[in-house]
Amino acid sequence: MTPLLQVRDLVVEFRFRRATIRAVDGLDLDLDASGTLGIVGESGSGKSMASLAIMRLLPQPAGRVAQGSIIFEGRDLLALKASAMPAIRGRDIAMIFQEPMSALNPVMRVGDQITEALHLHERIGSAQAHARVMEMLELVGIPAPAERAYAYSHQLSGGMRQRVMIAMALICRPKLLIADEPTTALDVTIQSQVLDLLKRLRRTLGTATLIISHDMGVIADVAERVVVMYGGRVMETADRATLFRDPRHPYTRGLLAAIPRLRDHRRRLHQIPGSVRPAGPPRPGCPFAPRCDLARPVCAEQDPPRIVLGEGHIAACWAVAEAVS
Amino acid sequence: MLRTIGQRLADSVPTLLLVVTLVFLALRLLPGDPALVALGENATPDQLDLFRHRMGLDIPLWRQYLVFLKDLATLNFGTSFMNQIPILDLLAASLPYTLALTAAATAVGVALGVPLGVLAATRRGRTADTVARLLALLGFTVPDFYLAALLLIWLALGWGWFPINGLGESLPDQLYHLVLPAVTLGVVKAAFISRLTRSALLDVLGRDYVRTAWAKGAQAGRVIYRHALRNALLPVATGLSVSILSTLSGSVAIELIFGRPGLGSLLIGAIETRDYPVIQADLVVFAVLVVAVNLAMDLLAVAIDPRLRT
Repeated sequence: MTPLLQVRDLVVEFRFRRATIRAVDGLDLDLDASGTLGIVGESGSGKSMASLAIMRLLPQPAGRVAQGSIIFEGRDLLALKASAMPAIRGRDIAMIFQEPMSALNPVMRVGDQITEALHLHERIGSAQAHARVMEMLELVGIPAPAERAYAYSHQLSGGMRQRVMIAMALICRPKLLIADEPTTALDVTIQSQVLDLLKRLRRTLGTATLIISHDMGVIADVAERVVVMYGGRVMETADRATLFRDPRHPYTRGLLAAIPRLRDHRRRLHQIPGSVRPAGPPRPGCPFAPRCDLARPVCAEQDPPRIVLGEGHIAACWAVAEAVS
Repeated sequence: MLRTIGQRLADSVPTLLLVVTLVFLALRLLPGDPALVALGENATPDQLDLFRHRMGLDIPLWRQYLVFLKDLATLNFGTSFMNQIPILDLLAASLPYTLALTAAATAVGVALGVPLGVLAATRRGRTADTVARLLALLGFTVPDFYLAALLLIWLALGWGWFPINGLGESLPDQLYHLVLPAVTLGVVKAAFISRLTRSALLDVLGRDYVRTAWAKGAQAGRVIYRHALRNALLPVATGLSVSILSTLSGSVAIELIFGRPGLGSLLIGAIETRDYPVIQADLVVFAVLVVAVNLAMDLLAVAIDPRLRT
């Protein structure tokens, strides 16, 4: 199967007058058509910047891709002219964001916003467009779509807004959907509804999904393969079953241990000591070293090797390297 | 929408009452006896008493206030002290010219200011932005009466492109006479509006829904004009009401310079002749205009932003 999306050695930097900050440092991603890939990491790990880099929507003028390639359907998106991107955005690659309240235009009816996405990429009559929008709204589970289409975003609930965002993203049947923290801003009950919707839509439409979350539960629910990021780097990558059964990187273990469990006898939740180091200029060594139980002197000085632990299971860690050898 | 309009209308009633009360008090609580000021040092006590009686100044203040409110409600402004013309006629003859000047100046200000602000925001930090900034600075710093003189010297006296003063006869001629005064007031307004548009648009361009517009594949023009600008116009509409009000007060000087009739000219004339009833009525009309402009801009904001509709 040819991969739909292949990201290689992606480096995203923000250049300011006094400093250069490296937000993503050497990211590799592989996603097959109709597959699902999850990126998990704490805020500040670079996962959102990676997704914006794929859309070539990094915050301007500071943000830029310093290195690497983003191959989508055999074409390197980074080699395309900027003027070629609007035809790809929304039609081939669509995106939904964390805050559906702020991500929808407050002064446009939601139906018009969805219709616009359709008109941008297809020559289609208004009656036909209307029918498509209604069909899509129904598909994402919006009751009384004809009425809701006339609403403004502030008149809808959080879950309805995110459904509208999903309808807008999928109206042109994109090959890849990037969902950046799609449920973080929602109530827990609505979260599971939206996740179920995303899974159902992937089955019916066959849209490949790149889902980004800080929540291991969300990733476990939706993603077939998982990339664990910290400090802009990939810590560990594996398929879902392997990652949850046999996590090898100390950071992944820490994240999994921090998930609350019903039958846990310990009173306190596990927590990883320390806090995320703010993104800064590129530095050698493992970004997780200052918070790592297993850290050794070499961790702060040299980049950890990537240890292949099984098919598609890679961990970048000196401690893992030592244990394996 | 109709309910919202009714609500805003009702909200503006207390404001209006407060403002006309201030006008009433201002003229009566000022130091000095209006009768003495109006008739001069040599007036006899009888003359002064007669004046006070005719002006209704010989009854207690609270009764004067009630009479004043009753007269306002029935549009009974009395007659000019100078020439016995009904003040309502004087106002009716002046108001359209002031409204026309204010509207034309606002149109010039918006037509120049909004595109300039969009240009500056989308070319942030580049030459166009700097040029727009300098133009705005120039518009801010040049006083309108000085700009009026410059325009008159160059365009009217020098090149003879425009009439020097007056009103014009036919409608096209009147519009032709309106150009220079409207441009004078409009340039100042454009400076203000361009800065307002620039900062509002820069703020909006960083919002999530603008990123959504890019993400769905919209081109730059559509993102800026369809998604960003309409949201950016909200703060601009608020600023515009301040700007229109300053144009109303600025029109006092501009009407004099260009020899146009209007509320400003009427007010200056009335002050010169100490025509108290005319001053009072003119100030009341200005006050009503201030409240009306605020109301109109409120409703414009409601039209732009559905979140403001109740």
